[in-house]
Amino acid sequence: MSIITYKDAIRQAMVEKMREDKRVFIMGEDIGVYGGAFGVTMGMLEEFGPERIVETPMSEAGFTGVAVGAAIMGMRPVLEIMFSDFLTFSAEQIINQAAKIRFMTGGQIKVPIVIRAPQGSGTGAAAQHSQNIEGWFLNIPGLKIVVPSNPYDAKGLLKSSIEDNNPIIFLEHKLLYNLKGEVPEDDYRVPIGKSNVVKEGKDVTIVATSIMVNRSLEAAKSLESEGISCELIDPRTIKPLDLEPIIRSVKKTHRLLVVYEGCKTGGIGGEIASRIAESEAFFYLDAPIFRLGGLDIPIPYSRNLESHAVPQLNNILDEVRNIVKETWYA
Amino acid sequence: MDELTKNLRIEMLRKMMLIRAFEEQAEKLYMKNLVHGTMHLSVGEEAVAVGAIFALDKIDYITSTHRGHGHMIAKGGDIRLMFAEFLGKETGYCKGRGGSMHIANFTLGDLGANGVVSPSIAIGTGAALALKMQKSQGIVLSIFGDGASNEGFFYESLNMAKIWNLPIVFLCENNMYAMSASIKRFIPTADIADKAKAFGMPGVVVDGMDVISVYEAVKAAVKNARNGEGPTLIEAKTYRYKGHSKSDLNLYRTKEEIEEWKKKDPINTFIEKLKSSNELNDEMYGFIQDEVAKNIEEGVKFAIESPEPSLDTIQKYVYAEEGERK
Repeated sequence: MSIITYKDAIRQAMVEKMREDKRVFIMGEDIGVYGGAFGVTMGMLEEFGPERIVETPMSEAGFTGVAVGAAIMGMRPVLEIMFSDFLTFSAEQIINQAAKIRFMTGGQIKVPIVIRAPQGSGTGAAAQHSQNIEGWFLNIPGLKIVVPSNPYDAKGLLKSSIEDNNPIIFLEHKLLYNLKGEVPEDDYRVPIGKSNVVKEGKDVTIVATSIMVNRSLEAAKSLESEGISCELIDPRTIKPLDLEPIIRSVKKTHRLLVVYEGCKTGGIGGEIASRIAESEAFFYLDAPIFRLGGLDIPIPYSRNLESHAVPQLNNILDEVRNIVKETWYA
Repeated sequence: MDELTKNLRIEMLRKMMLIRAFEEQAEKLYMKNLVHGTMHLSVGEEAVAVGAIFALDKIDYITSTHRGHGHMIAKGGDIRLMFAEFLGKETGYCKGRGGSMHIANFTLGDLGANGVVSPSIAIGTGAALALKMQKSQGIVLSIFGDGASNEGFFYESLNMAKIWNLPIVFLCENNMYAMSASIKRFIPTADIADKAKAFGMPGVVVDGMDVISVYEAVKAAVKNARNGEGPTLIEAKTYRYKGHSKSDLNLYRTKEEIEEWKKKDPINTFIEKLKSSNELNDEMYGFIQDEVAKNIEEGVKFAIESPEPSLDTIQKYVYAEEGERK
């Protein structure tokens, strides 16, 4: 085991895959000498050269399409979109092309692309650089969406993503880039489509994604002292969503809270809540299912406003207390 | 004139006649309600498809458009599998999942028609990048229309293709109208090929009603692309005789205009040319006509007799199941 940052874990996954597989290449803006806007690709140009660290002009729509073309020709591009907010440019290529080509051609071809993009608020970059976009691509068949919350998962999931033969949206949280964690020295994978039970508990199930896993774990630890035992589940990939561990957990705890950073409406919270409501776990519920998502507003600039736009530790603490103490409509 | 060239010319004529017959038959099938959805016919534009694609080698790829039947036939598409796709049959090129607008066959080197105008320009550029990375001798012919030249993908892709010196030829099949939108109203330059200047690449205008002119222009550009001399933008000026799609009432142009273009019909003028140079006689022409009619008849029969996709396969092909590690 070594202790490395989330950012280093992502870089290691790319570097190790590129050494192993000549078809893998990286493409994006300022990913060469600059090392990418967040330094994730720092140093990669020196090892792999400009043929495999392909720096692009500011043409997100265009180079996402270039990646689609390269992928259907047998390459395995890994894109870096500087901010996930800019996936709006790439949306045509992701939604109408990459996600559908295999289906539309009757299974003739695979489209192995990984689209890495940093997301999330907390950096003071305001509404166009701070969104959590997990919900945007949820209802596009043909895509997979990966949302790692720690260095171990980030490295293992990115390797699995590069080896997957489908287009993958790989969402990194900006505030996690410097988070340190244990990562094995040897080659390992974290499979796509497997939830992780981060902490076991008996009173309430918290399902959280991305940075909310870390905030929820902090909340769960703190609530132990109040005698509230939380079970915390990190789905790690929200599409496909591994529901079974959540169903098992809710049958045990009888309560469910979903914590996510994206706008509350139309996000992963609603999807998990309704799938649990439709499942056999429904009969075990002792409380309504609650969603703690971001406010339905663009991310504001002002520091105080920004921090109140998305769930923070105290919001999670309050929500769990309300659920467990049955003061939910008080 | 050597024998090979003569054979090639006759083959060009046969392909153009096959495309026209195919389009006319497709329309009939549509009228009989055998084709589900819409279709975009390329009648009048056959010289562009045939001239350009005959300038390619087998190892080369094309990206096509929503008006792409002719491109696929020129690339060697099997008429039977094309009609089967139109009829939504399991035996079609895309197992009835794509239809006319998404027909593709990767083995043929046809990376696909596209239901959306212009994203294929970027996809073709990416295919060319892959060929360069794989050190292949192949090149990509990216075919798109005048309408697509007003989309962002056009500008971003030509820019990247030039800065990376990719093995690609951009062919704008300018049929004068993007649906009802005349180039006179929506394109400010005299020629679409003028836009090439912005990317520092050659821009070539060619008569899209003359199959040999198209062939020669594309052949020269393909040679440059293959030799690492970078991309070219070719604009082939042509005309679509039929409406944009099946909903078109032709309210935006005159009958006189259509008739004027028909005088330059790419098939009729080519037949005259071949006859006057004694490369074609009535007997040979009749033979080709019969052969084309037979191809069409067989294709339709195959499609009609083919099975529908089974309902229990409705969720297939959404995801590739196996991963890959090297």
